[in-house]
Amino acid sequence: METVKIKQKARIIEKELLAPDIYRMSFETTLCNEAVPGQFILVYPPDSSKLLGRPICITDVSEAGQSGSGCRKVKLSIVFRVSGGGTREIAACDKGDALYIEGPLGHGYPVDDDIISGRKIVLLGGGLGAPSLLFLAKKLTDKAAVILGYRDSSLNHFLADDFKALGHDTLIATDDGSEGIRGNVLEAMEKAGIQADLIYACGPMPMLSAVKKYAEGHKIPAYISLEEHMACGVGVCLGCVVKTTEKDPHSNVSNARICTEGPVFDVKDVEI
Amino acid sequence: MDTQGRGYGLSVDFAGHHFKNPVTVASGTFGSGMEYSRFVDLNLLGAITTKGVSDKPWEGNPTPRVTETPSGMINAIGLQNPGIDVFMERDLKFLSEYDVPVIVNVCGHSIEEYEAVVERLADDDRVEMLEINVSCPNVKQGAIQFGTDPDMLSEVTARCKARAKDKPVIMKLTPNVTSISEMARAAESGGADGISLINTLTAMKIDIYKRKFALANKTGGLSGPAIHPIAVRMVYEASHAVKIPVIGMGGIATAEDAIEMMMAGATMVAVGMINFSKPDAVRDIITGMEKYLTDTKTSDIWEVIGIL
Repeated sequence: METVKIKQKARIIEKELLAPDIYRMSFETTLCNEAVPGQFILVYPPDSSKLLGRPICITDVSEAGQSGSGCRKVKLSIVFRVSGGGTREIAACDKGDALYIEGPLGHGYPVDDDIISGRKIVLLGGGLGAPSLLFLAKKLTDKAAVILGYRDSSLNHFLADDFKALGHDTLIATDDGSEGIRGNVLEAMEKAGIQADLIYACGPMPMLSAVKKYAEGHKIPAYISLEEHMACGVGVCLGCVVKTTEKDPHSNVSNARICTEGPVFDVKDVEI
Repeated sequence: MDTQGRGYGLSVDFAGHHFKNPVTVASGTFGSGMEYSRFVDLNLLGAITTKGVSDKPWEGNPTPRVTETPSGMINAIGLQNPGIDVFMERDLKFLSEYDVPVIVNVCGHSIEEYEAVVERLADDDRVEMLEINVSCPNVKQGAIQFGTDPDMLSEVTARCKARAKDKPVIMKLTPNVTSISEMARAAESGGADGISLINTLTAMKIDIYKRKFALANKTGGLSGPAIHPIAVRMVYEASHAVKIPVIGMGGIATAEDAIEMMMAGATMVAVGMINFSKPDAVRDIITGMEKYLTDTKTSDIWEVIGIL
């Protein structure tokens, strides 16, 4: 039986502190050269007593030449926040170090012509949701409106300049009004008078619930990227499920696996 | 016989059935092999043990269902499964394409539910053995209560055995008891053809910054290398208490762990949580066990089983 290797050691080629506790890290790897926006990887902490990979979405994939074996090498970037012991260890690694990564995993944002053509596309990123949307923003050929929500100005509107550099109209919102529009991303969209025909969103669960309500109220399509604690990342452990509106064909109950059927879902299909 | 055709090997007999090697997977850590078949050749395994299946589909517990702990993890999946109908139509059909014996793990809320599933599988040629899960700590009703009372355990065993026809019945035991030897004897007295242990240890984790339980279910089952020494001790105690064979499991992550478990008394071993971090772990473990036999000039794995 032909089997594939999806977990490999990858060398860190860049590391950058974007905001307090928020890092961009880039790996050189032959994995993920077919990755699409919205997919994620597992990053394994260097301490072997931490056995599980940390699910982190792919922020960018770009060419990095050929490897010795003829496989196409890519520069794979992620952005993550230090949120516990595992991510702290990953963040402590430096350029030149190598970590095990596994991926690409899951299903990404659907961007077929029949979904996007002729529509006003709005990307809504709350907090650590922005990194998942940056790769999508890079692939969109039409100009989109991007609204990035942050807690306050101390987060240095991380990644906002990257969206701007891609030519998208990018707005910043903060919960306390210390930078950009005061309010959450949906409030900012209304205040800025942006009429969305199609929303792609990633962020905290209350924000995604609000996006679902908004999209259903305005009868527009919306795709959201979810996160949950995972063990395997490939659909085996059933740790990372989300309630679905219809019975899921794989599980035969109203639960879909975020790592496999997701992490991106049509808002219509999930109960959040 | 190993791959070079030399005269030593890993093959074992368990409950009258022959297995090319003693390595299977712990129920719930390998699904039905569909996902991992992309990363590891399922035919390498001595047997595949499938995730617990019940009479009707089960939704499982709310999330978060998993959390990591040092050298392990705690889970409270709650035996989410698609039910026996889908399992037989899809999962067993998938596995029948492979040359690997299938051990089906059976769960239920009541003795009648266990019986219903056993009855469905008793005549199915695609099934080699049945493993009865009387030890899941994450299901409120049934499961573990049958595994912590010796009389109940004996009764469930006898009732499953009565419906299993010629399929061997293996009772999967919980470590959350005072005397594992007593539970092993209870399974044996009920007519079990074998026992498997250990299931997970009931555990808890608290997120001190959120001031909340890490799992929605509050408690869950601890697994992974952290529990291996406990599992070795319990396999040793249980295997010395009964004559029926034992499938040993609990934190096996390397070939050395597997050999250790066999020396403690296990005839077969199951690889569990490590599958989640190393999708091809079973391949390295089987290869490593072959190498152990060669390196130690041991002609047959039977020479290490229960030697202590």
